[in-house]
Amino acid sequence: MSKAKGQIAINPARCKGCGLCIWVCPQKSIKTVDEADRRGIRIACCAENAPCTGCGFCYMVCPDTAIAVYKESTTEEPAD
Amino acid sequence: MKRVYGKPDAMTDVPFPYCPGCSHGTIHRLIAEVIDELEIADRAIGITSAGCSVRNWRQFDCDMVMALHGRGPAVATGLKRAQPETVIFTYQGDGDMAAIGTGEIVHAASRCERITVIYVNNGVFGATGGQQAPTTLIGQFSTSYPTGRDPRTSGYPLKMAEMLARVSPESYIARVSIHNVKNIIKAKKAIRQAFLVQIEDRGFGLAEVLAACPTNWRLEPVRCMQKIKSDVIPYYPLGEFSSQSLKAQ
Ligand code: SF4
Ligand code: SF4
Repeated sequence: MSKAKGQIAINPARCKGCGLCIWVCPQKSIKTVDEADRRGIRIACCAENAPCTGCGFCYMVCPDTAIAVYKESTTEEPAD
Repeated sequence: MKRVYGKPDAMTDVPFPYCPGCSHGTIHRLIAEVIDELEIADRAIGITSAGCSVRNWRQFDCDMVMALHGRGPAVATGLKRAQPETVIFTYQGDGDMAAIGTGEIVHAASRCERITVIYVNNGVFGATGGQQAPTTLIGQFSTSYPTGRDPRTSGYPLKMAEMLARVSPESYIARVSIHNVKNIIKAKKAIRQAFLVQIEDRGFGLAEVLAACPTNWRLEPVRCMQKIKSDVIPYYPLGEFSSQSLKAQ
């Protein structure tokens, strides 16, 4: 059975680049951007080809509620 | 794709004013999620304390009152007794509740006042620059005691949850932490119980949350989470301290 597919959206106005989501993500799906924004902060973003499963760990640890997690609806369950 | 996790409704769109990695934000979110789940946003009144979290009246989408330093439980008592149908919570740091506000919280607990207290223990006075608090660990650096806390001059760190449970026979009192996902989930359950014990008129509710102040601990946020596990929890054990009958079902 293949893993569920997830996706995250990071709110650039709320993220402060603390790095907790990068640390907690079991899939290593999050990294920081290369350029600092006008606050001088390198915020978090999705890594390329991120194998996100939609587990929600990053949402849980984010101290700024900057992350929303989306999951592919699992309507078609694999037959037995 | 379906949104499975996102900002709770009881939280406003105003970004948090705290330092990167500050635990206040995590705890705010847990409270807002509990307010949403219990559907109490229209009758909840929060009370802000002095300290970094004094600005949290802009974060919660419910009525908020600002109390004088340490006086949250007294204001909460007045509000709750005047309007018993409301759900009152105070949000207090260790500088607020365990230092200047010790008198108020002890008596509110002993009266088993039907209020909910969210007590954030990060071991320092964050807002004023990282001075030693009553909760600072033995040997821990602070700007007022750069060589670390010495019990000969400063005494021992106050264990508020244990102390208050002794004087509050009708209560739900627990200590939780937010240093990893598992504990964040447990912390939310404890906050929920601290609200339910008030809503169901069973007693006084308090959740002590072990938290990090990366700025004044002089540590990166990830290292702070590890320090809570390695240094803070051994002194401040997690668990429920309320009387047997009121432990979470
Ligand atoms: S939802 Fe889980 S897998 Fe996806 S980015 Fe967040 S922590 Fe990583
Ligand atoms: S000083 Fe500490 S408690 Fe205050 S906002 Fe910064 S990290 Fe949080």
